[in-house]
Amino acid sequence: MRRVYPNKDVCIGCHICEVACLTAHSASQDVVIAAKEEVASGLQPCKAVYDKGQISVALSCRHCDNPSCVSACISGALYKDQETGRTCYNEEQCVGCWSCLMACPYGAVRRNVTKGKIIKCDLCEGRDIPACVEACPNNALVYESR
Amino acid sequence: MSYVIIGNGVASVGAIEGIRKVDTKTPILVVSEEDTPTYGRPLISYFLAGKIGLDRVSLRPDEFYEKNNVEVKLNTRVAAIDKAAKTITTEADEVIEYKELLLATGGVPFMPPIKGIDGSGVYNFTTLAHAHELLDLSKRIHRVVVVGGGLIGLKAAEALRYNGLSTAIVELGSRVLSAAFDDVAGNLVAQRLEEKGITICCGTTVEEILRTEQGEVIGVRLANGQKLACEAVVVAIGVVPSLNLAKDAGIAVNRGIKVDDNMCTSAEGVYAAGDVAEAPDMIAEEARVTPIWPNAFSQGYHAGLNMASEEASPHPGGLPMNAISFYGLPTASLGHVNPNEDEDCEVFTELDEENGTYRKLIFRNEKLIGYVLVGEVDFAGLYTGFIRFGLDLTPDVKEELIAGQPSALLWPEEEFDTKWTPAAE
Amino acid sequence: MLFKPISQNFSDFVIDRENDRCINCEVCVRQCSYEAHYWDDARQCVSHDHTKCVGCHRCEAFCPTGCLTIKKNPADFRDNALWTPTYMKHVYKQGDTGGILLSGMGSPANKPIYWDNLQLDASQVTNPSIDPLREPMELTTYLGSKPDQVSFEETPEGPKLTTKIGPQLKLNYPLMFSAMSFGSINLNLHKAMAMAATELGIAYNTGEGGLHPDLYKYGNNTIVQVASGRFGVHKDYLNAGSAVEIKIGQGAKPGIGGHLPGEKIDEEVSKTRMCPVGSDAISPAPHHDIYSIEDLLQLIYAIKESTEYKVPVSVKIAAVHNAPAIASGIVRAGADIVVIDGFRGGTGAAPTMIRDNVGIPMELALASVDNRLRDEGIRNHASLVVAGGVRCSADAIKAIALGADAVYIGTAALVSVGCTLCGRCYTGKCPWGIATNEARLKKRQNPEVAAKRLANLVRAWGHEIQEMLGGMGLNSIESLRGNRDKLRGLGLNETELDILGVKHAGR
Repeated sequence: MRRVYPNKDVCIGCHICEVACLTAHSASQDVVIAAKEEVASGLQPCKAVYDKGQISVALSCRHCDNPSCVSACISGALYKDQETGRTCYNEEQCVGCWSCLMACPYGAVRRNVTKGKIIKCDLCEGRDIPACVEACPNNALVYESR
Repeated sequence: MSYVIIGNGVASVGAIEGIRKVDTKTPILVVSEEDTPTYGRPLISYFLAGKIGLDRVSLRPDEFYEKNNVEVKLNTRVAAIDKAAKTITTEADEVIEYKELLLATGGVPFMPPIKGIDGSGVYNFTTLAHAHELLDLSKRIHRVVVVGGGLIGLKAAEALRYNGLSTAIVELGSRVLSAAFDDVAGNLVAQRLEEKGITICCGTTVEEILRTEQGEVIGVRLANGQKLACEAVVVAIGVVPSLNLAKDAGIAVNRGIKVDDNMCTSAEGVYAAGDVAEAPDMIAEEARVTPIWPNAFSQGYHAGLNMASEEASPHPGGLPMNAISFYGLPTASLGHVNPNEDEDCEVFTELDEENGTYRKLIFRNEKLIGYVLVGEVDFAGLYTGFIRFGLDLTPDVKEELIAGQPSALLWPEEEFDTKWTPAAE
Repeated sequence: MLFKPISQNFSDFVIDRENDRCINCEVCVRQCSYEAHYWDDARQCVSHDHTKCVGCHRCEAFCPTGCLTIKKNPADFRDNALWTPTYMKHVYKQGDTGGILLSGMGSPANKPIYWDNLQLDASQVTNPSIDPLREPMELTTYLGSKPDQVSFEETPEGPKLTTKIGPQLKLNYPLMFSAMSFGSINLNLHKAMAMAATELGIAYNTGEGGLHPDLYKYGNNTIVQVASGRFGVHKDYLNAGSAVEIKIGQGAKPGIGGHLPGEKIDEEVSKTRMCPVGSDAISPAPHHDIYSIEDLLQLIYAIKESTEYKVPVSVKIAAVHNAPAIASGIVRAGADIVVIDGFRGGTGAAPTMIRDNVGIPMELALASVDNRLRDEGIRNHASLVVAGGVRCSADAIKAIALGADAVYIGTAALVSVGCTLCGRCYTGKCPWGIATNEARLKKRQNPEVAAKRLANLVRAWGHEIQEMLGGMGLNSIESLRGNRDKLRGLGLNETELDILGVKHAGR
């Protein structure tokens, strides 16, 4: 399956991927409305850029083959789609116990405090290429099978 | 011949998914004494508290069993295993052959020998049926005492309090949650529960359940002499592995059913996973029963892989972890969190009483081996990575962890490159 | 602005932020290496300081909501034809610092650009034009000394060349990437140039900063440069490339040497240049062993000896008044390639006064050097390459018609990877990740992305050159070299036409 692979050697730490992620997951699909209005009501990006000195890298769910988050999920909200290989998340089911957030050793599950539920990368359901990859100005994110 | 799984908890679901990863054809039979398809067991407190309806308790979609070619026999108890003949016999005397067998029988609530414990008005809280009972009960009564200040006890108390009951917790230890967490975390949680009107009595135990002459529960008498009035008692001290089937079949048991890395028991073709299994641990030297949810799933998953495949796929080892929220106060604890003095561990703690946050990190041999977080749990997973992968810590990195700034960029570069972004093979 | 010398408040640019669209994402804050954008703690929003803006437009390009526009500061000084704001600001700056004015990139001064006054020809009816999409169109160029005559012998397999031809640098396009040293620009771009040159079958020039070990593998497409500082020069280096270039002068700063500030010298640059980390790398104005054409001959042959006569040796000079005579001397000293670098050529750092006032346009120097070498009958002894101010394929093809064998492109190459000619290369803080060795900034050039853009640029120019050649009824770039009949002047005076050797349009 295709996954999003970060390349920290060329990540410039611009955080544009976060903005792209936010917009792609917004109701309005408009960057300004998403960031100004929808964030206030709990919209959050699933992407996070980590910076350390001169190194930056943009990380999100790896869609592991045998994911710890699915093991830990008590509500069935997280599951592995056998056909696509994706680690899927059904927000309806999530009870906000944060077990997955603790179990994921990649720190790729995040807390949406407003909703009391988790958020994580869905590889941009409905888009050919995830928004973060498409927006990255330096090819520091690639979407491919390895 | 099918794969047979006894038990219908999360280990069972893990095993089904593990088997199907390798073998998509051979039928699977699940035998369960419960009457419902697999549900998220920890969700029973959410259900009891009224936060979710019955429609949300199932762990997998309705079509899960059919899609995976799994036959489920509910309300069926297994009476015996014949490991030589490779059969199981149900209480209804049905004999079923198995190709490979998984014991995922979980545990049963531990009932301490308290005077007056036998009889009506005493409940447990480990199954959906228990939750239904308590929900009914909460409409009829006003006061309840929960025995046990562990995770199940506290969640039971919280849920009952949500139903308007006057609720008290009795815990033998000096603090609640002291086993999975520690005293400081226990205190913060206790504070939150007390703010919400739950009474907490620590350092004492229930000596007697007081009853009327008709046998109705009217209260409990504690070891310290105090009496608490109540109409029901919920005993939530913990669970003990259901070993009888295995023991009777001559399968090696200790505290749980003994299994190796591949979840194999002493009997050929028989596996065990979940709360019933005593398996190698990721951090501790000796094998342990680690009765926690993620462990049960992953043990089940690996058991499933091994049942269906010639190639061994060892389980990475049990890793205790608990994440749970009390009235919105999130907590997480993972790994080895209460080291003894002689263990040569380095413990770092930071408590912010004003904001109700607490962070405890336990290091040994320049590795992180455990943590407790209260209030701020957002970085939990990033700490977990250091423990799960046993990453070596340089002084700088350790400093950052202690400062509450874990990051994937603190991983040794090679680990990051091989684990976070594995290159094409 | 508070806490600033008055002079600094006459900023060149203003930052226009459309507040309705600003989402405070801080992308601009992170992108601006001059800290013109910042997080304003007091107001809890992103804010900016016009006076720090250098007009690089990085923020504008990256702003996800498009809320930023960088504009020229509309605050005008009183009109004065003599004292334009540029000169006034120079004086203010020098009043503040007492130092030499520094500039980056080529001269922006408003001086004649002869490309714009030259028109190309096209075939009509007779000698019909050629469609490069249907017919072969040769752009392959060989740089190096060509023999005065060739002789053949008859063999059963057909005629065989008996003349020994000297070493040649083969190019699939008559274009090369100019000398830009590792240090002045970073390794990522060097790698990108090397990758692109290799993919295209052309060459890039190392500049005088040596060759990083990682790039030796691109040697077949590398021209290694030897300059007055002799940075990074050793036997393996000389033998790593497919040509060696002796740099005598640079178009942007004729007569002076180079100065790479210590800030730009990190571990890698230091190793490659063979000079200490953090210390300024000074290239002297002259080569201290070259005071005559005879001395130059010594160096050319020293290099030929050490490279066993396997690669052509090039000599690069700035376009100055006596360029034709100097070029003649260079050819006679044994150079296989002569490079003329015009006064619009780029630089990482040059004293502003020198950049804007010394040297002559490349077009004029090229025409007169080509004439001189022809007149002396030695034009074939060396190839002629020009550099400095070629902006498009039409400029390049005009240069070839004027007599060049190939063209170096430097600024155009940098613009293709993002350079906006803000001219602050000497600060080492290039926001586009080009003229910087800061780890955080140089990452902005992903070598793969940059290589692709460079290759795209050259391919695009190649297509255009083929189209223009075909239009002129030519099917080989060779047929255009020095073919000034294909050019006509437009709005040029007699002297200019005479030097350029072209007729006026209409003639």
